[in-house]
Amino acid sequence: MSPAGVGVPPGGSPAGAAVGQGPWRLFWRHFRKSQFAVAGGIILVVFYTCALLASFIAPYSMTLQDRERFYHPPSRIHVRDAGGRWHAPFIYGTRMQDRARVIYVEDTSVRYPVRTFVHGEPHKLLWLIPTDRHLFGVRAPERIFLMGSDQFGRDVFSRLLFGGRISLSVGLFGILITYALGLLLGGIAGYYGGLVDNVLMRFSEVFMSVPALYLILALRAAFPDDIPSDLIYLMIILILSLVLWASLARIIRGMVLSIRENEYVTAAEALGMSSMRIIVRHILPNTASFVIVAATLSVPGYILGEVALSFLGAGIQEPSASWGNMLQQAQSVRVLRSFPWILVPGVFIFLTVLAFNFLGDGLRDALDPKKVEGKA
Amino acid sequence: MPQLILKRLLHMIPVLLGISLLTFLVMQLAPGDFLSQMELNPQVSPEAIASMRERFGLDQPWFVQYAIWLKNIFFHLDFGESFSRHQPVFSVLSTALGNTFILAATAATLTWVLAVPLGVLAAVKQHSWIDKISSLVAFLGLSVPEVFLALLLILFAAKTGWFPVGDMVSLNHEQLSWAGKVADRLHHLVLPALVLTTVPLAGRMRQMRANLLDVLRADYVTTARAKGLPERTVIVKHAVRNALNPLITLFGYTLGALLSGAFLVEVVMSWPGLGRITIEALISRDLYLIMGSVMMASTVLIVGNLVADILLALTDPRIQV
Repeated sequence: MSPAGVGVPPGGSPAGAAVGQGPWRLFWRHFRKSQFAVAGGIILVVFYTCALLASFIAPYSMTLQDRERFYHPPSRIHVRDAGGRWHAPFIYGTRMQDRARVIYVEDTSVRYPVRTFVHGEPHKLLWLIPTDRHLFGVRAPERIFLMGSDQFGRDVFSRLLFGGRISLSVGLFGILITYALGLLLGGIAGYYGGLVDNVLMRFSEVFMSVPALYLILALRAAFPDDIPSDLIYLMIILILSLVLWASLARIIRGMVLSIRENEYVTAAEALGMSSMRIIVRHILPNTASFVIVAATLSVPGYILGEVALSFLGAGIQEPSASWGNMLQQAQSVRVLRSFPWILVPGVFIFLTVLAFNFLGDGLRDALDPKKVEGKA
Repeated sequence: MPQLILKRLLHMIPVLLGISLLTFLVMQLAPGDFLSQMELNPQVSPEAIASMRERFGLDQPWFVQYAIWLKNIFFHLDFGESFSRHQPVFSVLSTALGNTFILAATAATLTWVLAVPLGVLAAVKQHSWIDKISSLVAFLGLSVPEVFLALLLILFAAKTGWFPVGDMVSLNHEQLSWAGKVADRLHHLVLPALVLTTVPLAGRMRQMRANLLDVLRADYVTTARAKGLPERTVIVKHAVRNALNPLITLFGYTLGALLSGAFLVEVVMSWPGLGRITIEALISRDLYLIMGSVMMASTVLIVGNLVADILLALTDPRIQV
């Protein structure tokens, strides 16, 4: 039960635990024990890395169409040919057998080995280094569709990676804005109290009393429909931050109300520090462990917000990809039924949200000193 | 208690006014209005559009429009007319809200009926395999996006043919007998309600478990056990009742959350509720319909919170407001 073998007295004995261990070491020790949290963290590192390197890992660009290969099922990767001989992984070329019912058959006469570091479309690795190398691919006329293709014959796997750049980053930039806003306004409301507090809290109530999606869509209506996609991206982040700052500000306000009663705040006031400096340097840092956990657990809200907006056609627009607008194609029951691989982005949204929840839960346990004793 | 309710009801007024003002302003920021799409049509003369603009009051400055809109609500309970449907907003929305309510109420009931016993079971058998499985399932349920789950269930329904996809009733609904009609409606309700139950169920179950674990450590539970009461009585009569308190509060909040959650389910599963009306209204820039639906959704959310507070005050005599 108790963490024997760790070599440190479990909880309750701060003196022993503090020797030679900074708070980060201690945190890491607790965090590492939660396998789910570590797994969540690893999944997220992999996803975010893949999104960053999307142009290299993806065999094709986001917009490359192939009108002859629409709704192509995921390519089957073989290691044995039709004659039963073993080879390095390869795929067979396919051709459309039935255009009306969209049925493809493999042509087993020619093998197309799956090669690594192939030349392909030129791109800029990390938006900087021009290259035409891609992680993997097959010889030119043939195409490899790891997760099938969509209605325009675009590679779902490639679009998933490029779409991940948008869907995954929305959450990170979103919490930056929301938390800056929420911490500042909550801090000010809690510290000053009185009229400022009252006005800010009534204002936040208005935002909190509209169901999130209604507010998101109403705010979306204030922007023109035909704005460029990079502006849409900024708009989505802005809208989601506007919707989500209020509840955070209220919680921070509550915490600040109790923190400001501490003697060190009075001391800082007596030393003549400015109020803003006291709020930022002395009060807000005390909310850090709550903020870290809450931020981790709120990232999924942004990801799902982008998915909802784009899914409803009000977010990222074609031909750009995001996980939300990729799912839009699945709205037709006929398409969904015949080509279920277009649901793949849903699986990745699910995995990402799950990973954030695991990570957030693990962080909470590791940062909460009360929990440590309870867990032992 | 009556003072509490009165105070909270009065408190609703400025909040709702704030929401209506915010929404109205946002709609004014929006480029174009309902008629601007019509202007692109060469068949419609500019005079006709000008006269329609006058009839809808769209030629007035926004604060005049807003004042008229407010006045009509206060004095005539008239929420304006939907431009695109040529119907009073109130009647369009009340039907839609009714449909959403059926969905949300079913989901809320299912959530509670399942969450409480499952949470109790997980807490009583803490660290057992039941507890572990249920907490894993809860994590999965908390993380699954509603859009994705809805699409998966549609795929499932399409493959098996066990459930109808889309809408609230079948095409031949009118020809069915009374019992057949009820069965038909329930049949259509299953999948959307299932999607809508999943996320709150996982959350509530975890909460019930955590609450009960907290309560089981309390002194009065030890006392009850020391008195020699059977474990069953200790748990059901002493512990669960107290552990339910925080959850009862959440019931009100669930209502609001379900409304937002229902939005996407309604769109994906073509359920004719408030969410679907809203998205259609937004696309056609049907100003008063948008205003009406945002106000209605917010009112439900606020009333839900009020209900939560009242329930809490009723169950916990320590709370004095």
